[in-house]
Amino acid sequence: MTIARTLDDACAALAEHPDALLLAGGTDLMVGVNRGQVRFDHVVVLDRVDELRGWRRDGDELVLGAGLTYAEMGRGELPTLVPALAQAARTVGSPQIRNAGTLGGNIATSSPAGDTLPVLAALDATIVLRTSNGTRRLALDRFVTGVKQNALEPGELIEAVRVPVLDGPQEFLKVGTRNAMVISVASLALVVDGAGRNVRVGLGSVAPVPVRAVEAEAHIGGCIDWDAASVPDIAAVDRFAELVVEAAHPIDDHRGSAAYRNHAVGVLARRALLRAFPGSAP
Amino acid sequence: MTDVRIDDTRTGERAPRIGDSAPRPDGIPKVDGSFTFSSDLWHDRMIWGGTLRSPHPSARIRSIDIGPAIAVTGVHAVLTAADVPGNPNFGLEHVDQPVLASDVVRYEGEPVAIVAADHPEAVRLALEAIVVDYEVTPPLVDPALAESSDPIHPDGNLIRRIHLRHGDQDVVGDVIVEGTYEVGMQDQAFLGPESGLAVPAEDGGVELYIATQWLHADRDQVAACLGLAPELVRLTLSGVGGAFGAREDLSLHAHLCLLALRTRRPVKMVYSREESFHGHVHRHPARMWYRHHADRAGNLVRVEARLLLDGGAYASSSGAVIANATCFAGGPYRIPSADIDGVVVRTNNPPCGAMRGFGAVQTCIGHEAQMDRLAAALGMDPVELRLRNVLAPGDRLLTGQVITGTAPVAEVLRTCTDHPSAATLPDDTMSLPGGAGRTADPEHVHRGEAVALGFKNLMFSEGFDDFSSAICRLEAGVATITCACAEVGQGFVTLAQQITREVLGVDEVVLAPAATATVGSAGSTSASRQTWMSGGAVQAACEEVRVRLIARVADENGIDPDELVMVDGRVVSLAGDFEADLASVTAEAVEAEVEFRHAPTSPLDENGQGDAHVSFAFSAHRAIVDVDRDLGLVKVVELTTSQDVGRLLNPLQAIGQIEGGAAQGVGLAVMEEVQVLDGRIRNASFTDYLVPTALDMPPVEIAALIEQPEPGAPFGAKGIGEPPSISSTAAVVAAIRAATDLDLTHVPVRPTDIALAGA
Repeated sequence: MTIARTLDDACAALAEHPDALLLAGGTDLMVGVNRGQVRFDHVVVLDRVDELRGWRRDGDELVLGAGLTYAEMGRGELPTLVPALAQAARTVGSPQIRNAGTLGGNIATSSPAGDTLPVLAALDATIVLRTSNGTRRLALDRFVTGVKQNALEPGELIEAVRVPVLDGPQEFLKVGTRNAMVISVASLALVVDGAGRNVRVGLGSVAPVPVRAVEAEAHIGGCIDWDAASVPDIAAVDRFAELVVEAAHPIDDHRGSAAYRNHAVGVLARRALLRAFPGSAP
Repeated sequence: MTDVRIDDTRTGERAPRIGDSAPRPDGIPKVDGSFTFSSDLWHDRMIWGGTLRSPHPSARIRSIDIGPAIAVTGVHAVLTAADVPGNPNFGLEHVDQPVLASDVVRYEGEPVAIVAADHPEAVRLALEAIVVDYEVTPPLVDPALAESSDPIHPDGNLIRRIHLRHGDQDVVGDVIVEGTYEVGMQDQAFLGPESGLAVPAEDGGVELYIATQWLHADRDQVAACLGLAPELVRLTLSGVGGAFGAREDLSLHAHLCLLALRTRRPVKMVYSREESFHGHVHRHPARMWYRHHADRAGNLVRVEARLLLDGGAYASSSGAVIANATCFAGGPYRIPSADIDGVVVRTNNPPCGAMRGFGAVQTCIGHEAQMDRLAAALGMDPVELRLRNVLAPGDRLLTGQVITGTAPVAEVLRTCTDHPSAATLPDDTMSLPGGAGRTADPEHVHRGEAVALGFKNLMFSEGFDDFSSAICRLEAGVATITCACAEVGQGFVTLAQQITREVLGVDEVVLAPAATATVGSAGSTSASRQTWMSGGAVQAACEEVRVRLIARVADENGIDPDELVMVDGRVVSLAGDFEADLASVTAEAVEAEVEFRHAPTSPLDENGQGDAHVSFAFSAHRAIVDVDRDLGLVKVVELTTSQDVGRLLNPLQAIGQIEGGAAQGVGLAVMEEVQVLDGRIRNASFTDYLVPTALDMPPVEIAALIEQPEPGAPFGAKGIGEPPSISSTAAVVAAIRAATDLDLTHVPVRPTDIALAGA
């Protein structure tokens, strides 16, 4: 086990043990370890690496450290800069889990139900990956490649996530069978880029990977009265919801049926859009 | 939050007695983490045990090769069915469940082999190394097909049928309503998984430290499996992390003892949460068809029902569960005619057995839905319809039994429905359906309100010789109570002390450990029976001590015993010429041991008729819910209840039972279901088996606790543990129906049942 104090420490340990497990909050990893499903020869512990913690502003972007906890996503200025991320973080687990679990962990686990992933998808987030040899950047949709599969190379760790600061409303909505502490059955993030005059939608738990509803985005972008912050034609809202449903490819499982998930993302799409553009016709 | 005032003014002056809110001695330790649960047991020489379980719901075992497991470093023993020296089977009512499967496995998770090793990791490696050659066979998973399918067990697929017929069978009502209802499999979801420690003894016996509900029944079953005399198997109760029925059956008890006796080492075993889901019985899933008949005025004239419970692979307490479901199928109403066919069958699904409410939960969901349907068909207010038909003392149950005790059903219902609601409209997204998920806005929410009534029997029924034993020893003014009553959270630890103080006037009461070696059986901590039974035993033992002490003091001092009384820790004569404090007159101890029985009951006859039950407790719940119909999400806003308690012995504890039971009821109404597909549990974790959080469980408003002392009960107190989990579910589901105008016949109500209704 390596308890890393600096990013260089962590990368050096990873260079020596490329297949080492990376442990930050442990909220996903330890469940697998306790069940005997995760085996490992070496662990690199990241939670004492200051460079991975917190966030900073870099021009029009935010650089979110991989060690940023869910609790921290909901604190200070972040909820005003990336409201959907704070909203998504609030839906994760209990306060104890939110104090431990991290953004980097959520991305690295790459679960279809990862709560921050639809938000990052909608924001066109860039994942900053690091090895002892340097860094590379990947768009989220290039990073997450399948159910709990991603492009992380042996010896590589997630250093940070870069997301834009947008000038428009953001909404994250998540359906679960319990009012808190629940794995997502379906979720939707909607972000409005006022300057770019577009709406972006990310979906969770309705496909093997977080998906963007690009046709829905393209459709609704042209139907918005940007000055009035409204969608004047309610039929356009209905069409938007239909196109969001078409972007989803859910399965039946013990948490919900494909039919319910399709239905739910349609409802979420409509509600999120009307919240973002409250002047719209009912 | 509640109208019941906790009067602790008396407790400040002297130790709490009957009617005081005695705080639980284990309360703070359970909150601050210092309580010792059975999973915390430790012995310096101990090794660890583990269980290999069947991955198949149905298979023949061709062979088991334990060789590779024995070869694992640190392994002390690997045992299979061939190593069980005594009876190969165990069971609460029917001895039909193998200690370890030998030739056939009948459910996913059935124990096949056990291992003891130096370290849990060595146990895991050894379990993985055991080679079992299974011939997988098609599982019987549909209970409706059980009776017509080939038997999956030598005892057959029908566990029990009760065809209850009561009154005139030809009567037909003016108004008839029919409905079919389905209840899913609920888990007890106790927080402390199965765990224990077995220590081999010098005399060839074994000491078992275990969390259980009934020490002596466990002892007898374990001893039979070990081929030992019962006195060589000595059980001591360890810290219980909840029970709710799931600790009535043996789980790891015999396994631990087999390993300890084989290895001559103390052996500890702790189930994981996933293993726990496979390691104990669940609440029976039910399919229920009902037809209610009433006259035009709304008087019930007949009820017909077909009840099918899935017992899973082994009988457990299924026979008693179906008896309760059948006897109470009509609800707490006066119904002169009935035809109830209650059946519980064997399948390759997970075994089902006892859970809080014990058969009455399922049928309450059915009969209360029917009462609402009937009210709608009659154009009557549902509360009016119920009040017109509620049972009262002197009325007959569907079993023909006349209620001779108290039955304040109308009082319970009236106080509950008359209680003003404190529910307000939600003011933030978090308190709307969907909660933290931010899915709803206020305009998406529909509110519904409904009431439900429920009841069940207290104590064991159908002629069972139901008793509890207690020893009271009074020495130097200190009373010591020895009783094998399992404290599983219900509150015997405070009540035993309160009762002793009340009877003897002492302050200091010591509760000896609950164990099989020191005292006779206390019976099970179930069926809402321990306050009555073990409370009654303690009361009787204390009274016997008082009689003996007075006789002794009278004899020693030449006073007529009728002239002596005990008052506040002193023995005094009525004439005032003699007075001695208890400490001095009990320098030499006075001791009494009693067996306490409730009034005898009778078996049910071939028509399900008979005086089978002792006493009944009634409750009402009113639920207010908000529903997001588009997404099918529910927020239970408020739950109001009234309950028939006989007499309140410990108000604080009563509130705890009433709130906790309602939480389990809310869970069953909207989320708690063990999902079984093709005989396999799909959600054996607390990630996917959901229980209510603080955001899901509303405040419980206690409208009234009706105190009508029950004849024959100690201090008139009825058991209070189960009613809160009976009518709460039915009330919440009815309120969801009111909010959605949907029939909603499956419980728990799933989001898809609402959102995609009619789709």
